[in-house]
Amino acid sequence: MEWETVIGLEIHAQLSTNSKIFSGSSIAYGAEPNTQASLVDLGMPGVLPVLNKQAVKMALRFGLAIEAEIAPRSVFARKNYFYPDLPKGYQISQFELPIVGLGHLDITLENGETKRIGITRAHLEEDAGKSLHEDFDGQTGIDLNRAGTPLLEIVSEPDMRSAKEAVAYVKKLHALVRYLGVCDGNMQEGSFRCDVNVSVRHPGDEFGTRAEIKNLNSFRFIERAVKYEVERQIDLIESGGKVVQETRLYDPDRDETRSMRGKEDSNDYRYFPDPDLLPVEITPQDLEEARASLPELPEARKQRFISELGLSAEQAGDLTDSREVADYFEAVAAGCGDTKLAANWVMGGLSALLNKHETEISAAPVTAEMLAGMLKRILDKTISATAAKDVLEGMWAGEGDADAVIAARGLKQVTDTGAIEAIVDEIIAKNPAQVEEYRSGKEKVFGFFVGQTMRASKGKADPALVNELLKEKLKG
Amino acid sequence: MSVSEDEVRKVSHLAQLAILDENVPVYAQKLSGILDMVDQLNAVDTSGVEPLANPLDSVQRLREDVVTETNQRDKYQAIAPEVEQGLYLVPKVIE
Repeated sequence: MEWETVIGLEIHAQLSTNSKIFSGSSIAYGAEPNTQASLVDLGMPGVLPVLNKQAVKMALRFGLAIEAEIAPRSVFARKNYFYPDLPKGYQISQFELPIVGLGHLDITLENGETKRIGITRAHLEEDAGKSLHEDFDGQTGIDLNRAGTPLLEIVSEPDMRSAKEAVAYVKKLHALVRYLGVCDGNMQEGSFRCDVNVSVRHPGDEFGTRAEIKNLNSFRFIERAVKYEVERQIDLIESGGKVVQETRLYDPDRDETRSMRGKEDSNDYRYFPDPDLLPVEITPQDLEEARASLPELPEARKQRFISELGLSAEQAGDLTDSREVADYFEAVAAGCGDTKLAANWVMGGLSALLNKHETEISAAPVTAEMLAGMLKRILDKTISATAAKDVLEGMWAGEGDADAVIAARGLKQVTDTGAIEAIVDEIIAKNPAQVEEYRSGKEKVFGFFVGQTMRASKGKADPALVNELLKEKLKG
Repeated sequence: MSVSEDEVRKVSHLAQLAILDENVPVYAQKLSGILDMVDQLNAVDTSGVEPLANPLDSVQRLREDVVTETNQRDKYQAIAPEVEQGLYLVPKVIE
């Protein structure tokens, strides 16, 4: 029997404001416990929440970027539940009237096709504090620094049909919030958290019962958790069982999802409008200002890279995945004047080093200016592409800019015909068997000679010249 | 009676209010009385009336995004029942 997976996502994006959503406390990450928790954040009697203007602006920016309906009037509501990291006994959120209504985001599937994913809504709310269960015998430690941090909860339609589609959506959204400058996207620090709703059905049937998976703090975990959960649900149904609607936690160490027990009551949140807060009104002028503050969005930038810079769709897609990479690439391209060369080196040599050293492009020791400087030396034939790899590594290791590394490591390309000729002669003399093969028609051996010559010159010989000389000499 | 005894038990549990079992019927009756009175409002024709989120005829004033609070942890924690390493301690809550 054929099964179809149905996935919807709820993403909590922490807004990059300076202060909390309803108080003047800092939201800086990593402070000493409870040093950023004021009377409002502690839920003391008699205090009143005052809404942060910047949080509203960021929500508008996001709403416009996904072409959503923006509510001219939205209302904050109390979501009631008891937990010690929520000192008021309710979370201030939005329920019936969220600030951002129906919008959408287009994702690119593996086969290159575009799929439109609906975004049901996005609403503003406050985060809760943190509970530390481990270190206190029989007690729980509460840190309220995070309580009141502004969040935008972004709820998708159940439009995704595979783990891969879900990951593509999350990545696209992740890139978008970072482009917009509304969220730093740091998944390790919890700035961008995903809850995934998964169900299975036979194609054409009604939606199945869904399970919600929490605790997914990397793209890889999302994919693995969905795959595990889909298999679990199919096995369960095929062996005569039933999926129950519940919250499950993903355990990356065991690569499985587990039921979170003891939460049966928690779904009765008894929402009601918060009497401490008035409706938020968005004027046409507010919208105009938000629209004017939008940067060039990833999709538009990708199209520009294709049409104006002549990049392939794939290259343009990779380069615009993150704003930092796209900015870096544009700086390199402008610096060296050759967009294709810049694209190749940013996605090739540089990207390999970033992966190897697990470094973000914004923290790379090789700046865009340094890489552009090196590419100029390829373009003016000071170095070969082979030697350039050494130069890049030298720059990464802190040996200075391209010119300094070229001088220090002696990587200047040899364009002196005499010097290369001497190497070529030596290689030919050393390898009579291969010369014989080549002359008897096995032209593949030519690559062997090029490789040997380049190696003997330590990558410094001008490859064009090497080719020319070898062709000439091997003719015999 | 619009509020059943089961509903009284459920709501008191959700609100973390301890009530004696013998008082449940009394609460059910009193709460029903209140809700029955409110129910009379349902007789009013409200079509064309916008829902009211707040009785003040005003909209939310917004705050500039500036950090104005300083660290007052010692003062706040002086009135907490128990603290350790800067954390507020509560009875263990994990399932």
